Amino acid sequence: MAEFHSLNSADARPAENKGGAEQAPPSFKAARGRVGRTRGRIGEILFKILLTGGGFVVLVIVAGILLSLIVNSVPSLAAFGPAFLAGTTWNPSGGEFGALPFIVGTILTAFLALFFSLPFSLSLSVLLGEYFRKGPFAALIRTMMELLAGIPSVIYGLAGTFFIVPLIQALEMGIGFVPYGVGIISASIVLAVMIIPYSASLGKEVLELVPEELKEGAYSLGATRTEVVTRIMVPYSFSGIIAGITLALGRALGETIAVTMLIGNMNAIPENLFAPGQTIASLIANEFNEAGADLHRASLLELGLILFVITALITILGKYVIRKMSVGGSS
Amino acid sequence: MLKRIFSVAALASLVLGTATAQTSLTGSGATFPEPLYRKMFDAYNKQTRVKVNYQGIGSGGGIKQLTDKVTDFGATDAFMNEKELAAAGAPIVHIPTCIGAVVVCYNIPGVNTGLKLTPDIIAGLFLGKITKWNDPAIAAENPKVKLPDMSVSVVHRSDSSGTSYVFTDYLTKVNAEWKDKVGMNKSPNWPTGIGGKGNPGVADLVRRVPGAVGYVELVYASVNKIAFAQIKNKSGAYVTPSLKSASAAAAVDLPDDTRVSITDTDAKDGYPIATFTWLILYKEQDYNRRTKAQAKAAVDLLWWVVHAGQRYNEGLYYSQIAPAVVKKCEYLLKSVTYGGVPLLK
Repeated sequence: MAEFHSLNSADARPAENKGGAEQAPPSFKAARGRVGRTRGRIGEILFKILLTGGGFVVLVIVAGILLSLIVNSVPSLAAFGPAFLAGTTWNPSGGEFGALPFIVGTILTAFLALFFSLPFSLSLSVLLGEYFRKGPFAALIRTMMELLAGIPSVIYGLAGTFFIVPLIQALEMGIGFVPYGVGIISASIVLAVMIIPYSASLGKEVLELVPEELKEGAYSLGATRTEVVTRIMVPYSFSGIIAGITLALGRALGETIAVTMLIGNMNAIPENLFAPGQTIASLIANEFNEAGADLHRASLLELGLILFVITALITILGKYVIRKMSVGGSS
Repeated sequence: MLKRIFSVAALASLVLGTATAQTSLTGSGATFPEPLYRKMFDAYNKQTRVKVNYQGIGSGGGIKQLTDKVTDFGATDAFMNEKELAAAGAPIVHIPTCIGAVVVCYNIPGVNTGLKLTPDIIAGLFLGKITKWNDPAIAAENPKVKLPDMSVSVVHRSDSSGTSYVFTDYLTKVNAEWKDKVGMNKSPNWPTGIGGKGNPGVADLVRRVPGAVGYVELVYASVNKIAFAQIKNKSGAYVTPSLKSASAAAAVDLPDDTRVSITDTDAKDGYPIATFTWLILYKEQDYNRRTKAQAKAAVDLLWWVVHAGQRYNEGLYYSQIAPAVVKKCEYLLKSVTYGGVPLLK
């Protein structure tokens, strides 16, 4: 009862105050204005600090990740040196570690996935960025694409196990390969589906930004719609499309669970596209939990470092291409 | 007012509740006996109100967490080797809790049961030297079975695993070429095949890939209805993996610390790919500011596991440990001390 009472009275008091403020004399109002301005300035400063802090946090996190990867991979860096990159044997029992099978596996699956996904993601971005910009059909496709991006990767792994693996198995039996079903090709196909939304949605955004005057100019010169798309729109927004591809590639390089479920987890350089392999991410997922020996742990962490560097290189390369293209486009 | 009384009562019961169930133990390690440990620890909690948290993070992780002194006990499918024992810094006691069998399972269309394999055939398959199921070596052992002209697809574990350790420990003992080329390890350098994550991952791949051969714990093959092979043991008899034949494999002379591999057993009717799985703890329990009550609770739990807890083993496809082994466990548990004084009498 007492609680209820106090709550009530606490509620009542500010209400009284509000009423008082409204009836205050002009001088009081002016004072309040001054206070408000000072408060605004402090707010401005605080806001700036908050924003700068946010930027700083990103820097610290990236530097921290890089540093911890380097520090923790020191034993393997010291033991193998640059030969680690070229080593093809991964034998924890013998203390022999080489990164090449996993670098090959990672790059092979990521680029294959990109290769498989490009026709679809490009046509999707043209479809949504030019042909169907509005309307129920566009909304449906866009929603489906967002859904595709939001599906957890373990679900992609399962879907791959149930739909892609049997298909690949049938194909392998047909052409005389061992019918594993899992392998580089299965992982790449599922990865391709996973990365479509990334490049397609960015591609759509940049295609929408192509100025109407440019397109109308082309039409007035007698260009067909296909010509407008291929000669005007795609070249104009090329840098944005490349940015989307870079984003998708980054996603494909680091994808873990779906790949682990579909790649066959064999620590060797794949002999062909149907052979099982292993990516850096899937190897870490498989072995890190029980990596007992220090050198084994350090080697896995060094692989993490390599993946970090590969991803960074591709991002930088993407940025370089974008800058080149933008200069060409604007001149 | 009534509300307040209720909330006080609820708070009190919460405090009292935690007070009565206040002893809690943590352990981590092997995934293979995890179902058994969950069942056992649940039953133990109901009897004694002692709460036991068990995390199946793998044998290697279990050893690491114990030697990092963050758990009360660890669990492992492969006994700690000399190097690991040295790294622990103080003596460790191994308590076997059950016996598990690793079966060689296969997916050969038309051959649902009864495939017979010799140690050399198994090594040949997993080395990638026998590539067809109608290989003469297999046909010679299975005259009555109609073997198809089908490629062999080897399936192994992709993660580091005690199951792989037991399997490669066996192959290392029985096949010289395996010993030279691969050896025994929790994550060996497999010469061929594809990897599946965990026992379920391997079982799933074997079921999906025609011509596959893999190895899983007995329980996974039984539950998933995957065909598994009879294996020729040291005394030349073909043995079907079962609780009984795995148990028979353990009927050997045990060293006093129970650290022994029972693969390729001398026992006549023993299944050759079997292993003990152990709970491990420090012999001196006064470390890391643990209380005596905590230490006593840990030892009491292990005592219960090798005695009353054994009745849960067979229902979950694990063999019980033999009376002779229980005797050794009793002796070992009585040697566990707190500040130099034995915790059990």
